[in-house]
Amino acid sequence: MRLLINKIVLGLSTLSALIGLGFLAWILITLFIKGLGSFHFSLFLNDLIDGGLRNLIVGQFILAAIAAALGIPLGMIAGIYIQEYGRGKYAEIIRNLSDIMMSAPSIVIGAFVYAIVVVPTGGTSGAAGAIALSIMMLPIVINTTDNMLSLVPKELREAGIALGASKYKVIIDIVIKAAKVGIMTGILLAFARIIGETAPLLFTSETSNYFSLDLSESFPSLTVSIYDLANEPEESSRDLAWAASFILTVLVLAINLTGRFFTRNKGGK
Amino acid sequence: MEKIFRNLSLASASLVFIILIGIFITLFSASKGAIDEFGLGFITNPNWNKEISLSNPDAQMDINLDMSDDSASDDMMLEDTILFDEDTKKTFTEYGGLVPIVGTLLTTLIALAFALPIAMGIAVFLAEIAPKNISAPISVAIELLAAIPSIIFGMWGLYYFAPIIADLVGGYQVSLLSAGLVLGVMILPFMAAITRDSMNTTPNVLKESAYAMGATKFEVIKDIIFPYSKVGIIGSVILALGRALGETMAVAFLIGSVFTLPSKITDPTISIPVAMANNFGEASGLGESALFYLALILFVISFAIISFAKLYFLRGTK
Repeated sequence: MRLLINKIVLGLSTLSALIGLGFLAWILITLFIKGLGSFHFSLFLNDLIDGGLRNLIVGQFILAAIAAALGIPLGMIAGIYIQEYGRGKYAEIIRNLSDIMMSAPSIVIGAFVYAIVVVPTGGTSGAAGAIALSIMMLPIVINTTDNMLSLVPKELREAGIALGASKYKVIIDIVIKAAKVGIMTGILLAFARIIGETAPLLFTSETSNYFSLDLSESFPSLTVSIYDLANEPEESSRDLAWAASFILTVLVLAINLTGRFFTRNKGGK
Repeated sequence: MEKIFRNLSLASASLVFIILIGIFITLFSASKGAIDEFGLGFITNPNWNKEISLSNPDAQMDINLDMSDDSASDDMMLEDTILFDEDTKKTFTEYGGLVPIVGTLLTTLIALAFALPIAMGIAVFLAEIAPKNISAPISVAIELLAAIPSIIFGMWGLYYFAPIIADLVGGYQVSLLSAGLVLGVMILPFMAAITRDSMNTTPNVLKESAYAMGATKFEVIKDIIFPYSKVGIIGSVILALGRALGETMAVAFLIGSVFTLPSKITDPTISIPVAMANNFGEASGLGESALFYLALILFVISFAIISFAKLYFLRGTK
């Protein structure tokens, strides 16, 4: 009897694993078939107004890159504070708040940036979109830095201090160096996450059909355009949305795998 | 130099605090108009963007609760309420948040009911059943799937999953049910990954001693692993729930975006993030303020749930 129950439960658990993986495989296969079906290299050469995706891909990259340029240094320094300088309650509070912020609904962050940037400046802009993404990215970078620095052995820091180095020198030259690979992986994963975000961009950067590098106006965004295109009645728009989704997914997964590759190499050492 | 760096790092860390407080204050002040107008009755009022003729403008608040809830208002018809009030002094446009709030809670509930058993199964499978050379690649696959942008789940759901659901259970393709299920599929990898991590914290010594006593795998899972990692698992599930609550894109494609209370699970309705995503651009005046009010409610709910999970269940897990 016990053995029978055991068999049944293990069978159910394996079955649910298969169901779960089946769903996920279904999504990926759909995406690849639909995406590859409408994929064409001319998509990279034309802007959306001519039926291509060039402006959107470039735009999304620029938004995420600016967000990273804002979020990474701030997040790293904040993570250093929590792990290295913060003693006691305040650092602990910041750590918890940063974890909470990481799970804050992304659309609420969009609304926040809308109220503090879009309304005062009079319209949607690429800058507003980048700010919204950087707010998304900040807590992820803090969390990663915090975790990775906590793995650096205390003796390394003590050795640095014993040599007469000041604390910030020890942090920058020794601790950060030791945790470099882990932090970089975390940052790559954070970048992969924000580059696929749609909700915070909907009313901050919006999207544009034209190629633009002007951050003070509506900025082309791949994800927002996927949302618009997928809701259009014409088959051709939807096909374009599938191709765009395919490119986005490949991009996100490639960044993710690169990050994992770094960690793998380190782990094998 | 030391001082500068130290203060810089303190300032960056405080930024988190400032942003969170800033979000709260901004949402609150932006929704002030709607809060003053509707008060807490907003939460229980099922009408959205409904014009009401008034004989006595001072009696606005009393009318709110008496309206029948079959007043389907098209979400594309957001009008500039301020202009409207000026044109015809006797009408008043009413906004209530009950429908999106109910929609948000129900989709999350359906997603959880669907994802929880499957995620547990996957976690048990990965942590205990599968041999290492199978569980390792599947683990990576599941973590990668957790990274897929949510908009892709939405598109897949609308064009491939919803038609099948509609064939099976009848009703509309865009509905509470299909939105909840797609949301469930979306949080599945995330939930499975963190549940597996919790299960893996069980010391091997405990498991081995149970096996030595002649326990079956199921008994070890039920009597050793679950009790040991219970707190972590519950915390992880609540985190996944927090994520589902605030999800916009996977739901936006599937929920139907109509401001009506669903009478069946296969009816279309709307959730807070979707109400914001679809109406923010056209809204102004009181309508925009009401959307900010919804955002504030969502923010407070998710803040409360996540802090609860963090402080109560996941304390000390770092």
